[in-house]
Amino acid sequence: MDVLDVARWQFGITTVYHFLMVPLTIGLGVLVAVMHTMWVRSGKPEWLRMTRFWGRIYLINFVLGVATGLVQEFQFGLAWSEYSRFVGDVFGSLLALEALLAFFLESTFLGLWIFGWGRIPKRLHLAALWAAVVGSIVSAYFIIAANSWMQHPVGVEVDDATGRPVQVDFLAVLTNNTALAAFSHAIVAALVVAGGLLVGIGLWHLRRRELAGQPTTDVDHAVWRRSVRLGGWVSLVAFVLVALTGDWQGKLMYEQQPLKMSSAEALCETEAPAPFSVFAWSKLGSNECDDVHSITIPGLVSFLAHGDFSSAVPGVNQLQEEYAAVYGETYPDDPSRFGALAGEEIDYTPLLAVSYWSFRLMIGMGGVSAGVAAYALWATRRGRVPTSRIGVYGSLLAVAAPFVANATGWVFTEMGRQPFVVHPNPDVPVGEQTWFFTAQAVSPGVTAAEVWTSLSLLTLVYGALAVIELWLITRFVRRGVTTGDHAPDHPAPTPGTPTEGTPGSREDDDVLQFAY
Amino acid sequence: MDLQTLWFAAVALLWTGFLLLEGFDFGVAALLPVLGRRPAERHLMLRTIGPLWDGNEVWLITAVGAVFAAFPGWYATWLPALYLPFVLVLFGLIVRAVAFEWRHSHSTEAWDTTWTRVITAGSLIAAAGIGAALGATTLGLPIDADGNRVGGAFSGLGWSALLGAVAVLAFSVVHGAVFLSLKTDGPLRVAARRFALRWAPVAALPLLAWAGLVHLRSGTPVTGVLWLVAALAVLVAWARLRVGREGQAFTAWGAVLVAAAATVFGAAYPVVVPSTIDPAFDVTIADASVSDYTLTVMTWAAGIGLPVVLGYQAWTYWVFRRRLTAEPQHGEPAGTHA
Repeated sequence: MDVLDVARWQFGITTVYHFLMVPLTIGLGVLVAVMHTMWVRSGKPEWLRMTRFWGRIYLINFVLGVATGLVQEFQFGLAWSEYSRFVGDVFGSLLALEALLAFFLESTFLGLWIFGWGRIPKRLHLAALWAAVVGSIVSAYFIIAANSWMQHPVGVEVDDATGRPVQVDFLAVLTNNTALAAFSHAIVAALVVAGGLLVGIGLWHLRRRELAGQPTTDVDHAVWRRSVRLGGWVSLVAFVLVALTGDWQGKLMYEQQPLKMSSAEALCETEAPAPFSVFAWSKLGSNECDDVHSITIPGLVSFLAHGDFSSAVPGVNQLQEEYAAVYGETYPDDPSRFGALAGEEIDYTPLLAVSYWSFRLMIGMGGVSAGVAAYALWATRRGRVPTSRIGVYGSLLAVAAPFVANATGWVFTEMGRQPFVVHPNPDVPVGEQTWFFTAQAVSPGVTAAEVWTSLSLLTLVYGALAVIELWLITRFVRRGVTTGDHAPDHPAPTPGTPTEGTPGSREDDDVLQFAY
Repeated sequence: MDLQTLWFAAVALLWTGFLLLEGFDFGVAALLPVLGRRPAERHLMLRTIGPLWDGNEVWLITAVGAVFAAFPGWYATWLPALYLPFVLVLFGLIVRAVAFEWRHSHSTEAWDTTWTRVITAGSLIAAAGIGAALGATTLGLPIDADGNRVGGAFSGLGWSALLGAVAVLAFSVVHGAVFLSLKTDGPLRVAARRFALRWAPVAALPLLAWAGLVHLRSGTPVTGVLWLVAALAVLVAWARLRVGREGQAFTAWGAVLVAAAATVFGAAYPVVVPSTIDPAFDVTIADASVSDYTLTVMTWAAGIGLPVVLGYQAWTYWVFRRRLTAEPQHGEPAGTHA
């Protein structure tokens, strides 16, 4: 593999991994802030325990998200310096604004929330958490605006001397319709992730307590029951919003990147009405559309693309020819800029198998989450406690489903844009369009050995961190709310009372237990 | 002042702010095995930086983001030229962050010790890597006319990288000690002050040498004066430590860094990456900069955003201003805010 391939694998692995943490941070942040608000307003102990329990998971996850997010900020420069030079006038400012306006807010106020129990007034303490949550959401907006500009570059003109895009309208970049759709889609998808976690873990604890004969009247029962109900409703409502925003985004993509969408359907020829493919199979290893066979639902793709059941949707073969006519049959024969691909034919069709299956996995796993949420709400209706082994363990397993949906959604978005890293914007005349091939984006001075080194190091570290993280979370979840987490408004132990072996005060230890 | 110069100053400010704030986080972590012999002491040391390190780390993200935003030509030259040091920095920061979080997640002594060591190791690696990257950048990298590194993976790593690494490490360790003497009470306060008093003069030397070299390369009378201020601040810090005025010593030691960084950035201006191959290949702010329109947008955003950020960060420092001790504080338990 040359530098380009290794750098792409590195970007893919580090970004997908990072995005396992991100939706949970966003979604669970909102829900923990809601729990904390409910506690401040109602004073009911179950809300406090929920805040502490779910807050702890939120923090364990948050730190890994911060740690892996660092890599993102650096790797555009490290491995993709030509890309960074090309998009610098637009892309860098969005990253800087994300750091300045969102990351400071997030990290500073989260530190205040973690260490602020008992140190600052109750309502101010709650406001600190909300500030951190707003920071996460603002950060999502900036980074998605940056990504959406790569999908659909707006607000720029091409500089004749350098051939690079020059920003002329910052507001257009911020209000890019691609960004608005992708942002709303990502935020509600994050809520599905958090809701699914509450449901899966909550049901498991409810069942365990029921089988152990524990009372259904105490605070802990209320903790798990409220968690399931809250998670279930959030998950279900958010899923409906995911579908609506996804439809919006899909319709935009049929205009902006038709090849991405037709590849997702393996729709080879232009058809009117165009069918939706339910299941497809292909000659192994072939990226030729004509080798693909599908079972289809007639007219559905016309509806997804245009809102009616009869419109024509362009096929992969036709689009490939159109792209080749406009953007070139072959890469320029310049090895210093295009490496091994210089002079080679350009395949404008993204990897069909990846586009097709990532799209279906995304939708399917989203559907699984919604199904589990509906089941949980039904099974816990009017105070019931589900004891079905399949139902409860299925829900626990399904915690993974929305994570998979989020990851495959991004894989689809990013790989479906290939071979471009900056996809041309079809809304502007061809002569004024800006675009950039992935093949020319990589750092020219960096050696494959260097990228291999960082790829192996990061993959090993990420793998080890994943193992430890899952082990810690599992242990913490099993322990539940009562042990290892006591409310900060419990009376402090009287001086001189022997505490559990540590010289520090028990209250301080608890704050730290919660903090770290 | 034109916008490019303003943003050069902004980037310099962000890097200085990062080294100043994260410097004591690195320093406290580096001193864990030195001053934190017993678990209670290590616990106390980590509590001094617990609420602050994550916010401080954002200064690095913002500094790198501002380099990308205002000078993509600098960003795209600098990072790939020092690929491996930057990867090491990332590695150090990743393991440090999770170690902070995970240290308390499992209550055995071996577990605690292991992650405390990881905090120390990660901080040392990150501090050294950042120092190496800054040292090599301000004293020259082997870049060609296109801003691409020539000569392979290690060609950017010479004595200048080593000097930068030692300078940042040594400054941070003493900075951490002064910070501990300011933020704690009891035996740790005494031990930290004694450590700082012994090592401050030596620890300032590499930083002063680095700033001096950049000044000699391309300095002005102003950067010469700044360098003298840095050297003088070392003496002030040392004298204030001797009489036990930790707050003043902390300010003076911080002034050492601010003056030295001002010397480095002031002397380097307007070059952001000097080429060791041919001065004609030097990357200047004019070569590296984005358009005036983008700089204007950024200036508005930062002009409004930065004061707000500084305001609430300063406020958190105020909230956590109290000195910490290892003894239980039963008079003021965590739950009195009802």
